[in-house]
Amino acid sequence: MSRILAFLRNTWRGLTSMRTALILLFLLALAAMPGALLPQRSLNPPNVDTYIATHGWWGRVLDRLQFFDVYASVWFSAIYLMLFVSLVGCLLPRTLEYAKQLTAKPVLTPRNLSRLPHHETATLDGSPDDLIAAARTRLRGWRLVEREEADGARSVSAERGYSREAGNLVFHFAMLGLIVTLALGKMVNYEGQVIVLANGSEFCNSGTLNYDSFRPGLRVDGTDLSPFCVRVNKFDAEYLPNGQADTFRADIDYQAGEDLTSNTWRPYDLEVNSPLRTAGDRVYLLGHGYAPTFTVTFPNGESRTQTVQWRPVDNLTLLSEGATKFDPPGVTDSAERRTKQIAVTGLFAPTALMRDKILTSGFPDLIDPAAAVDVMRGDLGIDSGRGQSIFEIDRSLVDSGRLSRVARQNLKPGESISLDDGTKVKFDGVVRWVSLQVSHDPTQVWVLASAILMILGLGASLTVKRRRLWVRAVPDGEGRTVVRVGGLARTDQAGYGEEFHRIAAELLSPRRDT
Amino acid sequence: MPVNDTLSTYSDWTFGAAALVYVFAMVCYAVEQAFNRAAKKSEQAVLVGAGAPTSYGLIEKPPARSRPERFGRMAVALTVLGAALHLSALVLRGVATGRAPWGNMYEYGMAVTLVAVVTWLVLMRKYDVRRLGVFVLTPIVILMFLGGTVLYTEAAPVQPALQSYWLVIHVSAAILSSGLFLVPGVVSVLYLIRASHDENPGKFTRFGPKLPEADTLDRLAYRTTIFAFPIYTFGIICGAIWAEAAWGRFWGWDPKETVAFVAWVVYAGYLHSRATAGWRGKRAAVINSVGFAMVVFNLFFINLVIAGLHSYA
Ligand code: HEM
Repeated sequence: MSRILAFLRNTWRGLTSMRTALILLFLLALAAMPGALLPQRSLNPPNVDTYIATHGWWGRVLDRLQFFDVYASVWFSAIYLMLFVSLVGCLLPRTLEYAKQLTAKPVLTPRNLSRLPHHETATLDGSPDDLIAAARTRLRGWRLVEREEADGARSVSAERGYSREAGNLVFHFAMLGLIVTLALGKMVNYEGQVIVLANGSEFCNSGTLNYDSFRPGLRVDGTDLSPFCVRVNKFDAEYLPNGQADTFRADIDYQAGEDLTSNTWRPYDLEVNSPLRTAGDRVYLLGHGYAPTFTVTFPNGESRTQTVQWRPVDNLTLLSEGATKFDPPGVTDSAERRTKQIAVTGLFAPTALMRDKILTSGFPDLIDPAAAVDVMRGDLGIDSGRGQSIFEIDRSLVDSGRLSRVARQNLKPGESISLDDGTKVKFDGVVRWVSLQVSHDPTQVWVLASAILMILGLGASLTVKRRRLWVRAVPDGEGRTVVRVGGLARTDQAGYGEEFHRIAAELLSPRRDT
Repeated sequence: MPVNDTLSTYSDWTFGAAALVYVFAMVCYAVEQAFNRAAKKSEQAVLVGAGAPTSYGLIEKPPARSRPERFGRMAVALTVLGAALHLSALVLRGVATGRAPWGNMYEYGMAVTLVAVVTWLVLMRKYDVRRLGVFVLTPIVILMFLGGTVLYTEAAPVQPALQSYWLVIHVSAAILSSGLFLVPGVVSVLYLIRASHDENPGKFTRFGPKLPEADTLDRLAYRTTIFAFPIYTFGIICGAIWAEAAWGRFWGWDPKETVAFVAWVVYAGYLHSRATAGWRGKRAAVINSVGFAMVVFNLFFINLVIAGLHSYA
């Protein structure tokens, strides 16, 4: 039993020693590095897959060892947990110690002041009492204690700069607070992304299914989202002549709280650096792109119109690709339907530029739009139960011959293609879309508060010097008094010298009034 | 806001001129360093005392200046001139583009090196370390050269994500602290050389004795670091606040954020090492140099090699 206790005590001591803290700090720095050098799942899952595929065995080993999820890995968590324990173990005794110091008196005046790193002496007119009283006046703001010594000598011990340690404690406690609030945030946050057409379409934060992708915190099941709705009326982008973006602005309306019941919409200009903050959530403008509108008129005369977002393949020119998929209306037999489904796929250019008869885009803005489309007919596989990307057709169906190309043509808005069976595909025009991100993290103000306290604590701890000063006045037996001043800085920081000399000079200058 | 091409061309010329002047300054520092035999303490004290400009121009003949001394003074004068040109280059860029002149890596590097030079000029007034000028200017000139060639970017407005007053606050804190960190980074390496020499005079026999006392180097590194560290911390926090507004989260382990965190932890380690038995002195100096290496790594490697949200350059 006592062995176990001894072991626990030693472990605790070891863990909370300064050396361990230092080594843990370096381990933390070292462990964080792979996250900057290797692709991370939290940032870009496809990059991770590519990396593993190209590095074979190595890639798989790294994956096993969680090198692609560094900040959620067992080893990274272990290091910062130990650091956390070490921090707590270090702070508790230091806080008690500091509380004691706050009520303690400055230490006795050393017998021999001339041994101190700073010291000065002078023989002055006046009695020890007067000179000590003058010293007390000069040392206002210092913590003082005056003592009577043998032979009529008097001394003052003064100490200043207690806020250094206070600042240091504030800094470390605030860091503790930061770590705790970060962890809480990971429990209760969520983040979702959704593409909304900028033609008056709406998005409501009423369920996770409304999102294109959704990332819940550990304790979030998606049933309890903050209710609000957003309507995107219009999106404007301005570009410099070289194609570099200058401004992005989405003109939106939103409603939350009371407004939902009264159906009141409030306007907001959503821009890149100014998210909408409502209902405790934040809505960001992350990106934008184009959604071409196609109308397919089927042989039976019925027509269907769809506007589906295509995704940019080149972020500078916004050349986009996508697949707009149509189900033939009025066909009830599913086998027959699966021969008549239509997809319009290909490229869309906001500013058409023909290069060797291939459509590319010359500029990201909508100046001269055109689409180069392949019309596919057959089985799209939409009702196969297999999920598929909204931007692509299922290539395996093309390979197996169940889906085939029936036309290929470049289209300007208003132009159309006629297929062999009388179906007509018309390119009507284009609508812009915006991609929005909704983020929820009620703990982030606490993280910010901790960070601010850290800065304040750090400032105090690095600028304030803890220093001591002693004055001793001894009668020299001939009616005058020998005054000695000594000083000691208690911290690593040099630079006490100047202040000490200034004070000593004032205390030791011959007094004009006597 | 259109870019003023004339001004931006002037900025380029001034920047080149500044780098050239620094090279001349380095030559002068090097001459001083080479001819200066290990200065004896007493001699140094005299030089420092006589160096005060007030004693200059008196009828009594001031103590004759030795040749290395004259080169040293010339080096300082050239450094000041270079810094003035350097500053003009930065200001001209800012006027030409009509925004804070640190929107891409070229401008960023220009500003960081300027801060480092100014830091060095200030420190030279306080400490007797002029002889080290060549070591401090070498990395600065290298950074400027890389900036002017590899990283050079035409003056242009910045993209929407960077159009925020946080660009000014966050990036100036980063520039200030990085420029400040350069000096202790270099000085810590020199400390290691001097300390090795002190322990074993057989090491660095020619070079070691010419360096200032290990103690001075250590104090210089420490005081500059504790000045820079809170600014760096502030810069990281401002970055997080800006990221919250621009990218939707205040911290996302983006490569740039990660390496900034690593460098911060290394500097925290440096401060702790000075309060830990057995870690003062050489180990602390190693940690400080590693810290600066991380800062440089973050500037170059992460921006150029690894794509992340910060890759605007
Ligand atoms: C999460 C890890 C930690 C970080 C990032 C950190 C950071 C810092 C920083 C930046 C300082 C400088 C402030 C100053 O010098 O006054 C400092 C000082 C200090 N820290 Fe920590 N700390 C950590 C953990 C710890 C732990 C676990 C201990 C105890 C074992 C500790 C004990 C101290 C002490 C005693 C000082 C004062 C040193 C001095 O007087 O220079 N710290 N810390």
